[in-house]
Amino acid sequence: MKSVIAEDLVKTYRNGAVRALDHLSLDVEEGTVLSVLGPNGAGKTTCVRILATLLKPDSGHAMVGGIDVIKHPEKVREVIGLSGQYAAVDEILTGWDNLVMFGQLYHLDKKASIARAEELLERFSLTDSAKRPIKTYSGGMRRRLDLAASLIVKPKVLFLDEPTTGLDPRGRQEMWSVIEELVKGGVTLLLTTQYLEEADQLADEIAVIDHGKVIARGTSDALKKQVGGERLEIVVESQNIAKTMEVVAAISGNKAILDEGLRMISAPVSTGATALIETLRSLDTAGIHPLDVGLKRPSLDDVFLSLTGHAAEEKIEEPEVTGRRKKAKK
Amino acid sequence: MSAFKDTMIITQRQLRLLTRVPEVLIFSTIQPVMFVLLFRYVFGGSISTDQPGGYVQLLMPGIFVQTVAFTLAGTASGLAEDMKKGLIDRFRSLPISQSALVLGRTLGDSLLNIVVLAVMGIAGFLVGWRPTSGLLNVVIGFVFLLLFGYALSWVGIFVGLSASDARVVQNVSFIVTFPLTFLSNAFAPTTGMPRALQYFAEWNPVSTMVAGCRELFGLENQFGATAGSFPSENPLLTSFLYMIIIMAIFIPLSVRKYKRSAD
Repeated sequence: MKSVIAEDLVKTYRNGAVRALDHLSLDVEEGTVLSVLGPNGAGKTTCVRILATLLKPDSGHAMVGGIDVIKHPEKVREVIGLSGQYAAVDEILTGWDNLVMFGQLYHLDKKASIARAEELLERFSLTDSAKRPIKTYSGGMRRRLDLAASLIVKPKVLFLDEPTTGLDPRGRQEMWSVIEELVKGGVTLLLTTQYLEEADQLADEIAVIDHGKVIARGTSDALKKQVGGERLEIVVESQNIAKTMEVVAAISGNKAILDEGLRMISAPVSTGATALIETLRSLDTAGIHPLDVGLKRPSLDDVFLSLTGHAAEEKIEEPEVTGRRKKAKK
Repeated sequence: MSAFKDTMIITQRQLRLLTRVPEVLIFSTIQPVMFVLLFRYVFGGSISTDQPGGYVQLLMPGIFVQTVAFTLAGTASGLAEDMKKGLIDRFRSLPISQSALVLGRTLGDSLLNIVVLAVMGIAGFLVGWRPTSGLLNVVIGFVFLLLFGYALSWVGIFVGLSASDARVVQNVSFIVTFPLTFLSNAFAPTTGMPRALQYFAEWNPVSTMVAGCRELFGLENQFGATAGSFPSENPLLTSFLYMIIIMAIFIPLSVRKYKRSAD
């Protein structure tokens, strides 16, 4: 069963001058994770805001948990959890205050709200800082609390809009393990990200979007296959470059490419590990000892580049996004 | 019923801010206290009045009205801040009554006003303010002030939802409330103003509020009544009408704006 269905969503701002979503369609199978991957300004946030009932599309329709988002937003709100790009908790209140307040707003009674708050604080390792105002939290802690707030009533569908944007590597790692825990628990998750690595790590399926539409869709592996197979990469001493290129080209059957700065020779291969072993054997016979050797599968960066013709993370800066959000309010 | 509960939870949040950040209370009372001292001891000496008990009797109602008028800025900037932080998005994604957030905020801000007015009342008492109309009328006077603050907080909601930045909101609110509080009978007689300003001052809701409070605190309103006009003759009634008009315009406007704020 599909937990999330979006069909032909169109959303324009500034009287049509900016087309944030351009006939976007996607769906998420119950109990799976879909990552919506795209650069800033691709329409990720607009998509989540529509599915989470914060925004009405110009046209198209959407169902979440079997409920029509446009016709019955109030019912959708009962089954979703949303954790936004900006940590949407009250900074002045403590972590405990926030969770208890949101619990009560989900219509748990006071006692149940407190019990649930304490359970979630414990689960997200925030018990020690529960009584401190959020503004004293680190970025990672704040995101965890934000996520906790969206889990108060065990939502059927969870939306995470760029859950790790702006976090340092440690915070990101912590956030990932928390999300992985959730996924193991069987939540249906739609996650947006501009980090290819994140989509790769967390998602069952990836929908790549650019300029408001889905341009590719599939598992991480399938998308990588779409771009091409594996590449053999070997780094050697300068004097061995010429000979190594010969060996690699022979085994690959394709022209070997040299990156002079890195002294790295690479070529596409179809036989994977076998090609790697053969190459090493030949080099060993020739008395060449590689400095580094590896079999690289194409990264999602490569995927994005080959799908869109531009790299994923080179685009519009953050203020532009806020600018759009402001326009969105008008 | 659940809409009422939701509203109360939001109101509680407003009040909790007071216990979490007591500085807010200090800063929202420090400015009016400074005004009291300034007008009582610096300007007050050169404002002639034959008011028994002195200028301070006329001054304090003006200060009270000014204090509640600044509710507008507090409500507006608090809401703008919540919008910016994305907190409003979270509230809107919850299965709660959509008006609860704005309603709860106006109620919470009005409850904060009770505390602020209490502090101001004590400060006034310390510098010689002595209402002569009896406890009941004084209490009615304060209820009257709270209602005015409540009406204005709806203007604050609208300003907060309309602006994009909390600092802009602060400035806009200041630009609105500053002339209103000074082009009035709050601190000095309007009779000294140019004719055109006198009309403005007489119809100004701040003036009618101040005149109304003076009446309730047992004073003759010496600072207004240049032409025996309707507002200066019937300050309480006029103030009530103003509050009703403000709420009739800004409650539906704000609720509508809030519901549509994302589209």
